Amino acid sequence: MALYLLQRLAVFVATLVIASAIVFAVMEILPGDAAETLLGPTATPEAVAALGHKLGLDLPLYVRYGRWIAGLARGDFGVSYAYGSPIAPLIGASLAISLPLAAMAMALSAAMALAAGVYAAGRRGRAGDAVVIGLTQVGLAVPNFWLAILMVIVFAVWLRLVPAGGFPGWADPARAFGALILPAVALGVVQAAILTRVTRSALIEALDEDYMRTARAKGVSRRAALWRHALPNALAPVLTIMGLQFANLIAGAIVVENVFVLPGLGRLMLQSISNRDTLVVEDCVMLIAILVIGLNFVVDVACAAIDPRLRSRSA
Amino acid sequence: MTLLEVTDLSVDLPLPRGAVRVVDGATFRLDAGESLGVVGESGSGKTMTALALMGLAPEGARIGGSIRFEGRELVSSSEEAMRALRGDRMAMIFQEPMTALNPLHRVGVQVAEPLVLHRGLSRSAAFGEAVRLLERVRLADPERAAHAYPFALSGGERQRAMIAMAIGCGPRLVIADEPTTALDVTVQARILALIDGLRVETGMAVILVSHDLAVVAGNCDRVLVLYGGLVMESGPVEVVLRAPKNPYTRALLEARPEPGAPRGARLKTIPGAPPRHRDVGAGCPFAARCELTVDVCRTARPPSVAFGAGHVSRCWRAAEVGEAP
Repeated sequence: MALYLLQRLAVFVATLVIASAIVFAVMEILPGDAAETLLGPTATPEAVAALGHKLGLDLPLYVRYGRWIAGLARGDFGVSYAYGSPIAPLIGASLAISLPLAAMAMALSAAMALAAGVYAAGRRGRAGDAVVIGLTQVGLAVPNFWLAILMVIVFAVWLRLVPAGGFPGWADPARAFGALILPAVALGVVQAAILTRVTRSALIEALDEDYMRTARAKGVSRRAALWRHALPNALAPVLTIMGLQFANLIAGAIVVENVFVLPGLGRLMLQSISNRDTLVVEDCVMLIAILVIGLNFVVDVACAAIDPRLRSRSA
Repeated sequence: MTLLEVTDLSVDLPLPRGAVRVVDGATFRLDAGESLGVVGESGSGKTMTALALMGLAPEGARIGGSIRFEGRELVSSSEEAMRALRGDRMAMIFQEPMTALNPLHRVGVQVAEPLVLHRGLSRSAAFGEAVRLLERVRLADPERAAHAYPFALSGGERQRAMIAMAIGCGPRLVIADEPTTALDVTVQARILALIDGLRVETGMAVILVSHDLAVVAGNCDRVLVLYGGLVMESGPVEVVLRAPKNPYTRALLEARPEPGAPRGARLKTIPGAPPRHRDVGAGCPFAARCELTVDVCRTARPPSVAFGAGHVSRCWRAAEVGEAP
């Protein structure tokens, strides 16, 4: 197990190094820089060059990359070109919205997928199964921003149950939570549709295994056999897909945060890209990369905890 | 004392093109402590017969006829009632001990499960009992095996664990479906000896399902020969194998390799292939491959012909089948 964790950790670090290089390179290729954007189209080339020098934009590529990475390693995210303020508090404030939003969406989709997947697999080929499959088809076809807009119309405009957008801050947790419900549903439903299908098919596969017949031959009821014998065997693929979905969730959050005017990580990135505030964008992308890779690392460990064969293979 | 009495058992499986009868009119009985071999090629209906006895036929299967176990009718029994019997009064050992054990549960936990279900033991007490059961099936290090996961055990060890699981509640009937097919030949003999030893020790009855005549010959009191869903011949093992009264049994015996046969001599085979169930029609399923076939074989089900001592053959020309080679 220890060796297994060490292997995964090495992969984790290597992935981050590669990701950082790609992120930095892509932002460099992007035309225009922060100095031009800040001063506007009427600025003289001399003024742009002067500001560029002041911001350190005229330094060689490798120097800036080195400074950035060295800063990140120390926990220093740098200073925003556009706002002139440290980036860490900017990102911190947006994470206070985006992380709970992502967690709520994940929890929601996992709960929905587990319930619907178990229900459908237990009724394979029957009406209940067909209904679940049909619903997941709808869930897959609906873009999350469209669902978000629809929900704003129904729940915020017509029923007036929740605010249509904005974020009141965590000072009032109940209201903050209320502001995140619709975005979390909009994000979670699409994920749930995919995850339901994965859960259903993994479970159906497990139900067909010989050990299920063994369990029944011992006198285990059909239902108990499904929960105790089939579900743990179906869990590894479900967890793996959940880990992979997290990246999608972040991408979806960028769109949905804009629909609901939530000042989260997505909105911060979008603004920073249009401001050519490259350092903020790079920091955000690296943070997301760490979160995605970190979560997949956790998933790998969880799968190994479930399945003893995974533990022994790499030990 | 009669433990199991099966009368005219039939199993119909639903297929897209209509129901197919995979077991047809099986009739046999089993006394307490007795061992019955069920022999047949793949697709002969032997596994389906075993699953029907356990009430574990595939979903949608229609079971006809009667299965009386300890005086109780099983065909009309509720799932609830069957569940109470399974793993307690009757148990099953499966062919493939790798896939038949749950890869995520410790062996001891799996052996303990019937004890938790049927004896109301706590999980820890049942686990302790499972270690004793593993010792009883002569696993080298029962404590270690109980804590191990199935992948860490060898095929023979896993099959011993399966047997421990089956005998946990002291069943009156154990059905072993090809228990040694997936194992090395050297391990096979030991597993069969173990099952037979437990039978003698506990007085449980054993149904040994196998495609291997030699396995049945060495381990069973009586034998049932299945072909195309039909019980072709049944009776005491030594009688059926020495003086078969059915052309199919005879052909099977002739196909066995003979000790002392010249090197390179070809084994005798049965021409043709086993019927697919929908091709059987009204006649004898073996008609297309049989040397003795006459017109009536193709048009009508063969009658059961009794030869005394419980020896029965289903064949239109049973009386003409000669002695075994």
